[in-house]
Amino acid sequence: MISYNLSHLKQLEAEAIFIMREVAAQFERPALLFSGGKDSIVMVRLAQKAFWPAKLPFPLMHIDTGHNFQEALDFRDDLVKKVGARLIVRNVQDSINQGRAVEEKGPNPSRNGLQTITLLDAIEEFKFDACFGGARRDEEKARAKERFFSHRDEFGQWDPKNQRPELWNLFNGRKSQGEHFRIFPLSNWTEMDVWQYIAMEKLEIPTIYFSHKRTIVDRNGMLLAKSDYITLLKGEHYEERTIRFRTVGDMTCTGAVESEASTLDEIIQEVAAARQTERGTRADDKRSEAAMEDRKKQGYF
Amino acid sequence: MTETQTKNSYLEMDLLRFTTAGSVDDGKSTLIGRLLYDSKSIFEDQLEAIERTSEQRGDGYVNLALLTDGLRAEREQGITIDVAYRYFATPKRKFIIADTPGHIQYTRNMVTGASTANLAIVLVDARHGVVEQTCRHAFIASLLQIKHIIICVNKMDLVDYKEEVFEKIKQQFSDFSSKLSVPDIRYIPISALHGDNVVDESENMPWYKGGTLLYTLENVNINSDLNYVDSRFPVQWVIRPLSEEYHDFRGYAGRVEGGIFKPGDEVVALPSGFTSKIKSIETIDGKLEEAFPPMSVTITLEDDIDISRGDMIVKPNNQPTSGQDVELMICWLNDKKLNPAAKYIIRHTSREAKCVVKDVRYKVNINTLHKIEDDKTIGLNDIGRILIRTTNPLFFDSYKNNRSTGSVILVDEFTNETVGAGMII
Repeated sequence: MISYNLSHLKQLEAEAIFIMREVAAQFERPALLFSGGKDSIVMVRLAQKAFWPAKLPFPLMHIDTGHNFQEALDFRDDLVKKVGARLIVRNVQDSINQGRAVEEKGPNPSRNGLQTITLLDAIEEFKFDACFGGARRDEEKARAKERFFSHRDEFGQWDPKNQRPELWNLFNGRKSQGEHFRIFPLSNWTEMDVWQYIAMEKLEIPTIYFSHKRTIVDRNGMLLAKSDYITLLKGEHYEERTIRFRTVGDMTCTGAVESEASTLDEIIQEVAAARQTERGTRADDKRSEAAMEDRKKQGYF
Repeated sequence: MTETQTKNSYLEMDLLRFTTAGSVDDGKSTLIGRLLYDSKSIFEDQLEAIERTSEQRGDGYVNLALLTDGLRAEREQGITIDVAYRYFATPKRKFIIADTPGHIQYTRNMVTGASTANLAIVLVDARHGVVEQTCRHAFIASLLQIKHIIICVNKMDLVDYKEEVFEKIKQQFSDFSSKLSVPDIRYIPISALHGDNVVDESENMPWYKGGTLLYTLENVNINSDLNYVDSRFPVQWVIRPLSEEYHDFRGYAGRVEGGIFKPGDEVVALPSGFTSKIKSIETIDGKLEEAFPPMSVTITLEDDIDISRGDMIVKPNNQPTSGQDVELMICWLNDKKLNPAAKYIIRHTSREAKCVVKDVRYKVNINTLHKIEDDKTIGLNDIGRILIRTTNPLFFDSYKNNRSTGSVILVDEFTNETVGAGMII
């Protein structure tokens, strides 16, 4: 007898596809936020599956901080071409030039907070009413509270105390003029699920996820890549190490891990044995106990 | 285990969704913390963070409950405000925990968490035994058709791990549960604080011969919980590529919410009543021989018939009820009371309509399960039975037969808030 039992990864896939189709049907102008990182790569794959053999019924949008890894940008352009999707890029630098955003001061300026401004401006510019994000609830404690359909007010703000209850698989995307939704189809996925899915689907990922030699600076245990956007502090020096990245974000706040993992299988083994969360390498989360929650309230993903 | 074995077993792992309920101080957060901690699902940086916070707050011990309180206001007040979802895995299964607050005013959150759960853990304080909260939570689990309930008798360390205490609570709850429709109820004596019978067997309770909580979670059989008999395919989206390669492709995208579909099956589309045969079940990875719940697929038919979002593809000899008068058990989720004079938007599968409340039959006293017939106002966290009339027909099953085609939500047409969760009778 055939067993009608769907593995958990297939169940998560089916759930994410279901949500993407709900969004296409319930909203007029959705967009998929795409950074070139592993989660957004999985999102693009799921979107392809949801609408195949038709093309994606929404564009991809990248909010470029200007501090990205070149490898990730090259990968992004390559993927967009292969998928035949439409890509919209909006730059944090433009927001700074227009005086909409002000660069942080200090030795380790981060544009993470500024991203929110550029994102909200772009949402307004294109009148997007729903933006897919690859965020997962296992990433961070504030995200554990997040809904699949995350309501945002006219200022793009998230109010954790005023979220719509989500029951069964009935998603309510109704909203007033000017409001929008952030949609997180990967809510129920863990870092491990994402890696296993990348392996199962044989998805390509940017090379910086694999072990390589790179010049870094060790800043309080954070291994930051050498770049034009970082200034050495007193007593610091550059050195070469064998590293890889667990997350791909801004070069100024994405820490590397020392690793020899050069294949997907090795990465999966490494993730399985990891004693640190993936965001343990992100300086932006360590700024305060509620850093993520505060950023989300302002309109971050 | 070799590398390949790890990988294969990961790909074959199934998924159990469970919810936890209990009174405010029954140790729910501690239990979840313990499950995560003892199954090694907590990372060092997370642990360090709660160690730091515990020390700052002067807790005097590493407060595992802090793991689950994610929001600033929650940490400040030491309470859980909203449903949160947690994840952990063992080599056998992946788990999704819907962590819901125990406060009485959050019945709606428990309903939310329970709506997608296969199993409910109800915590009982060994010192207090079965209390009103226990009954309320068990009733909600039963109402939401959760088929497996585990009564965890917690804080056994505070009653000297006595078997009599456990047996007495077991008896108390069995007496109450005869009023419920839950086929599988189990009892486990635990101490979440010390870890007895949570992940590891307790040395303090040699008289208990059942499995630990984690063992039970890993082994409970949930395969039969879905409906594989009554075929239901609500259409979410019509796929028309209009590309050169797929010029004539017309696919109906949706999720199988019941039964099994195969190419060649005769089907009927609701509401039009047109019949056709399934030509193929398509995915990007190739055509499928069959599709079953909860798969998301695309179905093509032999004939070009008019089908759009909100329609449902079913089998001619096994059709859902079709109609505009629907009787519901409803849980109210909003501060604004149910207004019998108002129109609400109703969402059912991929279908949306408007509805009016024709009658409030009764309200349920969720502590005693008695019907209240003299006060029929339904406010926040109330549960009641109502009759509604919809502007367009819905194609539905009873919630008992199918949680997907038997559930609805009501939406306020002015605030757009989800105000009611309904289960079709």
